[in-house]
Amino acid sequence: MKNDILNQSASQKSTEPPLSVRDLWVEYQIERGMVKAVRGVAFDLRKGESLSLIGESGCGKTTLGLALIRLLVKAATIRQGQIIYRRDGRTIDVLALKERDMRYFRWRECAMVFQSALNAFNPVLRIWDQIYDTVRAHGGMSKDQARESALRLLSYVQLDPARVIDAYPHELSGGMRQRVLLAMSLLLDPQILILDEPTTALDILTQRTILDLMGRLKAEIGFSMIFISHDLSIAAELADRVATMYAGSIVELGPVNDIFYRPAHPYTLGLIRAVPTVTGEFEDLVSIPGSPPDLIDLPSGCTFHPRCPYATDHCREEEPVLALYEEDHAVACFHSDQVRREADVMWKRHDDHQAGETG
Amino acid sequence: MTEYLIETRNLTRTFGSRREKVTAVDNVSLGIREGEVVCLVGESGCGKTTTGKMIAGLLQPTGGQVLYRGRDVWAQDKAGFKDYRLGVQIIHQDPYASLNPSHTVCQILSAPLLHHGLATDHQQARERAAELLGIVDLTPVEDLLTKYPHQLSGGQRQRVSVARAITVNPSFIVADEAVSMVDVSIRVGLLNMLSRLKEELGVTFLFITHDLAVAKFFAWEGRIAVMYVGSLVEVASTPQLVNDPLHPYSKALLAAVPEADPLLTRHKERVQLRSQDIPSLLDLPSGCRFHPRCPFFEEGLCDVEWPALIPVGDGRYIACHKAAQG
Amino acid sequence: MTEATVRDTRTTLNRIGGLFLAFGAFLKNMSRNKIGFVGFLMFIGFVLLTTVGPKLVPEANRADLTAIYQPPSREHPMGTDSQGKDIWAQIVHGGLDILEMALLTGVISTFIGITLGSLSALIGGRLDSFLTTLADVWLTIPRFPLLAVLATLIQLKSMLTLALILSVLSWAGLYRAIRAQVFSLKERDYVEAAIGLDMGMRHIIFSEVMPNMMSYIAISFTFAMTAAIYAQVGLVFLGLVPLTRNWGVMINLAWTQGAIFFRDSVYFIMMPVTAIALFQLSIVWMSRSLEEVFNPRLRSG
Repeated sequence: MKNDILNQSASQKSTEPPLSVRDLWVEYQIERGMVKAVRGVAFDLRKGESLSLIGESGCGKTTLGLALIRLLVKAATIRQGQIIYRRDGRTIDVLALKERDMRYFRWRECAMVFQSALNAFNPVLRIWDQIYDTVRAHGGMSKDQARESALRLLSYVQLDPARVIDAYPHELSGGMRQRVLLAMSLLLDPQILILDEPTTALDILTQRTILDLMGRLKAEIGFSMIFISHDLSIAAELADRVATMYAGSIVELGPVNDIFYRPAHPYTLGLIRAVPTVTGEFEDLVSIPGSPPDLIDLPSGCTFHPRCPYATDHCREEEPVLALYEEDHAVACFHSDQVRREADVMWKRHDDHQAGETG
Repeated sequence: MTEYLIETRNLTRTFGSRREKVTAVDNVSLGIREGEVVCLVGESGCGKTTTGKMIAGLLQPTGGQVLYRGRDVWAQDKAGFKDYRLGVQIIHQDPYASLNPSHTVCQILSAPLLHHGLATDHQQARERAAELLGIVDLTPVEDLLTKYPHQLSGGQRQRVSVARAITVNPSFIVADEAVSMVDVSIRVGLLNMLSRLKEELGVTFLFITHDLAVAKFFAWEGRIAVMYVGSLVEVASTPQLVNDPLHPYSKALLAAVPEADPLLTRHKERVQLRSQDIPSLLDLPSGCRFHPRCPFFEEGLCDVEWPALIPVGDGRYIACHKAAQG
Repeated sequence: MTEATVRDTRTTLNRIGGLFLAFGAFLKNMSRNKIGFVGFLMFIGFVLLTTVGPKLVPEANRADLTAIYQPPSREHPMGTDSQGKDIWAQIVHGGLDILEMALLTGVISTFIGITLGSLSALIGGRLDSFLTTLADVWLTIPRFPLLAVLATLIQLKSMLTLALILSVLSWAGLYRAIRAQVFSLKERDYVEAAIGLDMGMRHIIFSEVMPNMMSYIAISFTFAMTAAIYAQVGLVFLGLVPLTRNWGVMINLAWTQGAIFFRDSVYFIMMPVTAIALFQLSIVWMSRSLEEVFNPRLRSG
């Protein structure tokens, strides 16, 4: 069943997806027990698309991001799974790469901008030094080439290149540093960009410039992007497809409009109902009761069942797998029809209200 | 004029030495009536948290006054000040720092009850603590009373914080980004609980946040005050502000916020700012602080004259030369 | 049996049960860190040795000039000294002084450090400026030479006097450390909440700040102890303090009698040195566990 969704989507596109993940399991041992952070995750990242991984704290999304470029902590192990990377006809099994080849892979094929990126700079080095350090560590460019590329990319992200390249990190604002990181990540021309909470620490206005920038960069340079966030509105802004994660698994995966307007998983529906909008109007804002599960001691069957209004005995016994629900839209739930009906009602009510407001 | 429960008059707070002075809060005048909900919104560094702490009496103003029930709080006698202290409580942002890790929930709640004689012995304090946990929707009560903070989730800790704040029956609560560090899916539950406190206990709220959607949701029946680099730039009722912002900064904020609705957010009209640079508190722009970024900037006016916060009818206030012109 | 008696008995039993549980929890937490637990056991061993030991092992009073510098044997497990007296017995009897001194100095200097440190951090202002400057100056004074000089000027007859002097001389380090800790703790949100709830200075110091510093205080205490032992042994070694026979005195005697120059006499000097070293080590190792013991995150309600 699982392979169905992915093979189908692969055949839809004429080009092979740059990244394919199959049956990925990541866990790590702590004093209390074994944390199952990523459980059987499978998806394709299509060429030129932006895929958003949405989930709350403790759902495993950051671990998944780190696993893709194998930057997990020592205590974490990739128990099983496949990560296949493709570019220009070459195919690379990422999990089989040696450390030296991994270093090449990171940044040149697949760059990652981390969550605490604003603190990722060494305060005693100038921006240029840090850029050059990165280039040297991952290879592929001469010093002059690097400098030229750096200046070009810095102006591309709307920074004053001359001023920024010789500045110290503390002389730049949070938004500027984030833009420098974006420029740096594109320096070695990667095919894939992974961003973890790219705008979380930023102000509203700064966030807007970064979001606009990310959209522009993707459209003009054409890389594929995975961005990880807990913020639904960022997915609504930038994503082509959205994957919602819960307790280490992807519970729903589909085009952004499907996920928001026609969700089929209770958790996705719950998230949408729990997030207020500013300029829209939402009457029925509702929290999801309970809290995310302990990744060491997961509930039986479907991990969401303790918080799910549609849960039945079946849900308590068997964990649903991610399977195709409609075209290009996969869900891991036994009661998707019910969820869909509920979502339709909700959005209709919303649209009526909206019409009533303006009409 | 209706009497305000909390009023600030030209409230100012500067930090630093004489040579390098930073004005975090600059002449903020705001009045909040009993039973109202006012949201103080703005981006980081705008001074909203500092204002909140001064209103809660945890920071002394360097200029201006804070009035509680009409009396200047820092010019009162001990009894009056104590009355104010207990009447105004704060809820902090970080659920991981707001509770003492060495105390159980029962101890955290009993301490103020016993200290102020609201409970005569430990048994009574425990009973009252259980009641308070019920008010903030924390169950199972018996189980939770014996827990230490590290055994609770972020949302639960925030609820304990709220329960602690209401032990002394305050009239006014300053909620400083109280839901910002809590998971999205439980934010609404917390906000609904706080709204219920307003309805059932008659508590007045000053809700500080940088999240406009949360501000709109919580203060829909109330008002929003927008701050920029230490001053108030617009004060209006929430529906007014959200549907018809007058100040260019408010317009920019509302247009910039991404929405959890793809069609809505991708077709939203954006406001283009003239500059991306955020002003530094050490080197503030002349005249109106927003002028370097303002799309309605008028040379000779906006960079010269400081716009005062003036009423423009309908209960709205605005600090902008151009908007005031109409 | 009346109902009241039954209730009282049950309460007492509950309390005893509670104590056992607390003791059990204490041991469990101590054992989290293996080295710390070893240190703890060693420390307990030393305490027993120096307190209970003297009751079991007779004092070595008789001089036996026929048995000078004997190597370890069944009769004399650690050999004999320059006067033929049993070294083992001297070790057993000679530790109590050191232990008492260490504990006394530890308590006094930690007390001074906590009081001055907290007040300084919480009250601030001129008191704080004055104390920090004083501490800065104090720290530049070479302590041991000063101690040596004082020893010749003041009659160091009692333990308490020595403890007081040692504490007064070493207050500055602890003061600064505690002050820094309190400074960071007082900025915490829960302290601010306590201020908002008008809980008062006493509550804030003892209920809010202090419990979160316990591990810090305990560790500072252990280091105060080790410092005191060094100081005391040093003084005694130099012959400046005429106290009763203890390990330091043993080293002094051994030194002055040239025990280091003969192979047979090496036990005389090495035994007390080893005893002191092991004692210090046990304290230092034990401090590793103390952090776990006072960590509130290990408690569960």
